[in-house]
Formats: sequence, C-alpha cells, structure tokens
Amino acid sequence: MNEANTVLPVIWFGIVGFAVMMYVLLDGFVLGIGVLAPFAEDEKQLDTMMNTAAPIWDGNETWLVLGGAGLLAAFPKAYAIMLSTLYLPVLVMLAALVLRGVSFEFRFKAHRSKALWGVCFAVGSIMAAFAQGVMLGAIAEGLPLKEVFPVGGVEQWFSPFSMLTGVAVVFGYALLGSAWLILKTEGAMQNIAYALTRPLVAIVVAFMLLVSTSLPFLSSQIMSRWFKDGNFIWLSPIPILALVNAVVLWRAVMRRAEVMPFIAAMSFFLLGFVGLLAGLWPNILPPTLTIWSAAAPPSSQVFVLVGLVVLLPVILGYVWWSYRVFRGKVTAEAAYH
Amino acid sequence: MTDLSPLMLSRIQFGFVISFHILFPAFTIGLSSWLAFLGGAYLKTQRVIYRELYLFWLKIFAVSFGLGVVSGIVMSFQFGSNWSELSIRAGNILGPLLSYEVLTAFFLEASFLGVMLFGWRRVSPKVHFLATCMVALGTLISTFWIISANSWMHTPAGYEIKEGIFHPQSWWDVIFNPSFPYRLTHMVLAAFITTCFVIGGVSAAYLLRSRHREAALLQLKLATAFAAIAVPLQILAGDLHGLNALEHQPIKVAAMEGHWETHQGAPLILWAIPNAKEERNEQEIAIPNLGSLILTHKWDGEVRGLKAFPREERPPVAPVFYAFRVMLAIGIAMLAVTGWSLWQWRRGKLDTSRALLRAWTILTPTGFIAVLAGWYTAEIGRQPYVIYGLLRTAEASSAVSAASVLTSLIVFASVYLFVFSAGIWYLLKLLRKGPQPVDASMLNPAFKSPSHPIAYPDESLEGKQ
Repeated sequence: MNEANTVLPVIWFGIVGFAVMMYVLLDGFVLGIGVLAPFAEDEKQLDTMMNTAAPIWDGNETWLVLGGAGLLAAFPKAYAIMLSTLYLPVLVMLAALVLRGVSFEFRFKAHRSKALWGVCFAVGSIMAAFAQGVMLGAIAEGLPLKEVFPVGGVEQWFSPFSMLTGVAVVFGYALLGSAWLILKTEGAMQNIAYALTRPLVAIVVAFMLLVSTSLPFLSSQIMSRWFKDGNFIWLSPIPILALVNAVVLWRAVMRRAEVMPFIAAMSFFLLGFVGLLAGLWPNILPPTLTIWSAAAPPSSQVFVLVGLVVLLPVILGYVWWSYRVFRGKVTAEAAYH
Repeated sequence: MTDLSPLMLSRIQFGFVISFHILFPAFTIGLSSWLAFLGGAYLKTQRVIYRELYLFWLKIFAVSFGLGVVSGIVMSFQFGSNWSELSIRAGNILGPLLSYEVLTAFFLEASFLGVMLFGWRRVSPKVHFLATCMVALGTLISTFWIISANSWMHTPAGYEIKEGIFHPQSWWDVIFNPSFPYRLTHMVLAAFITTCFVIGGVSAAYLLRSRHREAALLQLKLATAFAAIAVPLQILAGDLHGLNALEHQPIKVAAMEGHWETHQGAPLILWAIPNAKEERNEQEIAIPNLGSLILTHKWDGEVRGLKAFPREERPPVAPVFYAFRVMLAIGIAMLAVTGWSLWQWRRGKLDTSRALLRAWTILTPTGFIAVLAGWYTAEIGRQPYVIYGLLRTAEASSAVSAASVLTSLIVFASVYLFVFSAGIWYLLKLLRKGPQPVDASMLNPAFKSPSHPIAYPDESLEGKQ
C-alpha cells in the first residue's frame, strides 16, 4: 500500500505530463497556423493552411481534455487549485478555443462572412496560445497555495514573467505551425512558410534564453534544482541538446528541407517541455504542492491506469492511422467537405 | 441567494453553458447512428438516394459536432474553475469516470470523424463506413460515462467519505449506481427521438413544398417507424425513471408532481401555480387518485408531499413542476403524431395529409425543448444538493470573486450567442437547401490515391445560391 502511494503519483505525473506534451506539440502546430493566418495572402491561401489541419484538429485538441480529466482523476487538488486560481486565463483560453474551433466549420460554409471566420480563427488561436503561455508562466512562478480569498485575482497570475511566457508561447506555436506548413504545402504557400520559419527560429531561441535566464530569479525557485548539488552537470544535456536542435532546425530551413524542420521544431519543443518538467518535479504546482500531497488515492489512480495501459496503445494506433490517411501535400484546389 | 454572489453567478454560468452544450450531443448521438444507417444502407443496396442523404446529413453533423466539441471543452474545465470544492471532494470519483470518457470515446470520435468528413476518396467505402460506425459508437460510449458520472451525483454509491473527501470503494457500484440504468436509457432514447423528429420534421417541410419528394417520403416513413417503437419505449423508460427517483429522491418527485401534502391516494395534478411561500397550489386542476396509481401502482398508495420534508431540503418547486410538464406535454404530442402518422401511412396518405405534415414540422425542434426540460427537472429537482444528500451546491463552488465570475459569464454569454446563432443559422441554411444530387466521383471514389487533394468541392452557403 505504501509503495503504491509512492510510485503511483510518479507514474501519473508522467501520464499527465505526456498528455499535456502531446497537446502542446499537436495543437501547438494547429494554433500556430492560426497565429500565422494574418500572413496568408488571400482567402484561398488561408483555405490551404486550414485544410492541412481540418481533418485532425479535433483529435489534437482531445489531448487537452485528457490532460484535464487525467489531472482531475489523479491530482484532484492540483486540478482544483490550478483552474480556480488561473480563473481568467482559463476563461480566455476556453473562449478562444471555442472561436478557433467553430471557425474550422463555419469558414467553409460561409461566403460573404468568410473573412470574418478567418479573423476569428486567427484571434482565437493567438488568444488561446497567449493564455496557455500565461498559465505556464504563472505555474512556473508558483501559485498562492494557501487559503486566500478570493482566489483567481489578477495579482495571482499577472506578472512580467507570465506575460513573457505568454508571448513566448505565441511565437513558439507559430514556429510549429510554419514548420507544419513547410511539410504539408507546396509552391507559394510553402515559400511563405519558409520565409516565416527563419526569423521565428531566432525569435523563439531568444525567448527561450530570456525565459531560462529569468527562472532562477523566480521566488518559486522552480529552477533551483538545476543549479544545486551539481545537478546542472547531469541535467546539462537538455539545454545543450536544445541548442544543437536549434542549429539543426535553422540549417534544415536554410537548405529547404521539407520534413526535417517539422521534426526539429517538435523535438525543440519536447526538450523545452522536459526541462520544465524536470524543474517542476516533484511538485505538481510549485512552490510546495508535491505530486504526493495532491494525489488521489491508489484506488482511483489504479482504476484509470488499467484502462490507460490497454487503451493508450490503441488510441495512438488509430491516431497514427488517421494521420496516414491524410498524408501528403494539401494543394490549393483541395477543399473541405 | 437572489444577490449576485459568486455562487449564484457560477450556477447561472453552469446552467447557461451546459444548456447550450447538451443541445448538440442530444442531436449528434442520434445523427451519427442515422449516418451509420444511411452508410450501411448504401453499401448494401447501392441506391444513390442513400448516398445523397448521407452527404446531406454529414454536413449537418459536422457543424453540430463541432459545436458540441467546443462547448464540451468548456464543461471539462468548469469543474475546476468554478466548482473547485466539488473537484477536491469528489475528484477521486468523477475524475476517473471523465478520464474513461476521454480514453474510450473522445479520441475514437475525433480520430474517425476526420476520416468520416474528409477521407471519402482516401479510404475504401467499407473503411469509410467503419469510420462512421466508430463515430456513432463513440457518441454512445461517451453518453455512458457522462451519464454515469451525473447519475452518481444523484444517487451516490460505492464510496466512503474520509475527512470530507469521497473515496471509491467499489467501482462497479460507482458506475452502475442506482439511477444510472434508468437515466442512460432515458437520455439515449431522448437523443434518438430528438434526431428522429428533426429528420421527420424536415422531411415533412420538404413534402409540404413538394421538394425532394422521394427522399423526404423515405425519411418520413423511417422516422415514423422509428418513433412508433422509440416513443412508447421512452414513455415507459420515463415512468420507470420516475419510480426510481421516487425511491431515491422523493422530494424531487413531490416537486415534479406539485404535491405539498402527504396523501393516501394522491391526485394527479395536471396544472397549477405552485406557491412556495404559502406551501400550496393555486388554480389547481387535478384528477383524484391518479397520482398514487401512477407512482405507487396502487389506488390509495401513500405519496409524501413537500411539507413532509424540511424547507432547507426542498428544491425550488415551480421550475421543476413546469419543466416536468413541458417534457410530458411534448412526449404526449410526439406519441399522438406518431399514431396519426401510422394511420395515414396505412391509408397511403403519409405524404399528402397536409395537416399531418404541418404537425411534424411543428414538432421538429420540440425534442430539444423536451431534453432541456427533462434536464431542468432532474437538475433543479436535486437542489439544494450537488451530490445528493451529501454535498450542498453552496459548499461546492470555488472561492473566486463575484467580479471574476461576472466577467466570465459575460464573456461566455457573448461568445456563445455569437457562435451558436451563427451555427444555427448555417444549420438552417443547410436544411433549407436540402439533399443535393451527387456526381459519379462521389459514388465510386478513386481511393488509394493519397496524393489526391482532400475530399469534396468547396461549398458555400451564402449569396450565390
């Protein structure tokens, strides 16, 4: 029993982390398309951009729901504190995701109001990305975990740091989006994507450095682990790999590779995410809510774990299959149902 | 309670977002099964009409499903943002149920939906049919889990409470809690019937205008046949559900029936204006003893009235009383129109009786109203509890400020009004346009061509018609 109490929360930290990471990577590039929507030269080009994601955006967004439901199941306390404290960023994210999601459906049904739904797609994507970045920053800084009333006040999540991470995530997703467009489009659209990817790599690397260098100064000391007891030595592969990764990404764009930029952008994000998890550990909400103090009882965690072990491979299997069905380039003439 | 406290605002917000949300699942649960039927019928018969109807309803499904998905995501985070106490206390039980919903249903629906909407030329007709079936299956699995979670909050079972926090003891008892089988049956039938009356009503409207005659008559016959089975079953299921509620939530049933006094041989109150202050009904129209007969199946069975319970345990009576009657009235109207249709069908006048066709068009949206009314009956009727008898709604909310909740309420209200009115407008446009002839490439798609551009020609609905 005691062993289960120790080990299960660790496994669940991995599962929730995996779901959120899948969300960030997969919806990240779809939101990125929305961030880049203003760069489309005309409605036809925006059609192409959106068509690259139309069959899969819904499945990508489902990882967010898994992250949320998994957090509620495994760490109910963290779920409750996080969502109520980040009340307004969560609200903005949800409302923005509503706008973004319906734009996929409505834009292709519309004629006169087509441009309106293009604007909603862009605005919804940018706001959702920004809100997610603000939430990320606020969590990294540490939420007020003691009983305060009322919770969710602006001062509990607004800070220069959370604004910085908000903007950083918008650009980060834009990078994922442009790399995806290189992969999925051709001709003029692909040229735009190439032209956008280069500056985006530079901007995102700059933001990563900014965010990383401000982490040690946060009161949550989320990154104190990084510099304690020689930890930096064995954690150092993460930032080193990230820098190597950035170089690989840059060069892949310069030689106009088609697949490599997307892979490198994804792994770049992956490394950033792993670095963040390493900083959080063993807290699920810094500075003090550990995965063990927030954990649901083993009876809850085991019950879902059994289903996960069986179902996750099946899910990954048919998600992979659905991506395969839609492999290949999306052309300008291609269109929605 | 009447002031704009964070609690009251959170309740308004929850009621608002869930009311908008439920309309779309109620429609898409039935519609996905209908699409599976049309897809299967086409594969079997190769009749073009089934393909035309499939592609027509597919567009309507796509819009409705999209609206259901986006409003559903809001729901899955509201428990934390506005009802954090509920999440902390019952997360151990509700979280796993919702997780299973995501794992068994949401991924299935979302992944196969893409293939269903866009994969027509990229997979074989059989695989495409399979994708349709998977989406339909996903909607039903999703209903299973969410109704289980909701039912557990009505009739909690299989738990123990330690330091105010619910811990699961038996997952079987949690999932198959006492009200779950009744609520699940009632809701699935409600979703199917709602869709059935949309299909029948839209077809009747076409017949009245002499448009799409062949397809419309086919659909009206199918709708009539389905309703002839499902509507009587639903009335039976509703009755059993009511008896189950009488056993577990007698106060709710007293409010539904408008009974203040405890009776041996209670009347069936057809109409009244409940006066909660004076604990009596005004302008009551009632049939003696029928209430006891329905609820206890005995002529003079005892039915406890609201006065048998302390005031602080009672729900608001009037909304429960009226909502229940709205649902019931719609059920009876549906039964009547179904019977009338069967009679006209036998006389060979199903497509020519204008009065009948008009009745169908009037009933088109009433399934949605009945679904809402039924949920209001169930959910307002369980007040003042969120977990019945154990956790009061007032104790379940987050300690967020009224200003925050007011902001979110205004934002959600404006976004939803904008988005959903646009959605309904596009749906009406699609319905008005009706099924369209399909070209040959849609009937025998050249699949196995992954480099082929995605799916169907662009189609806009405004202006150039």
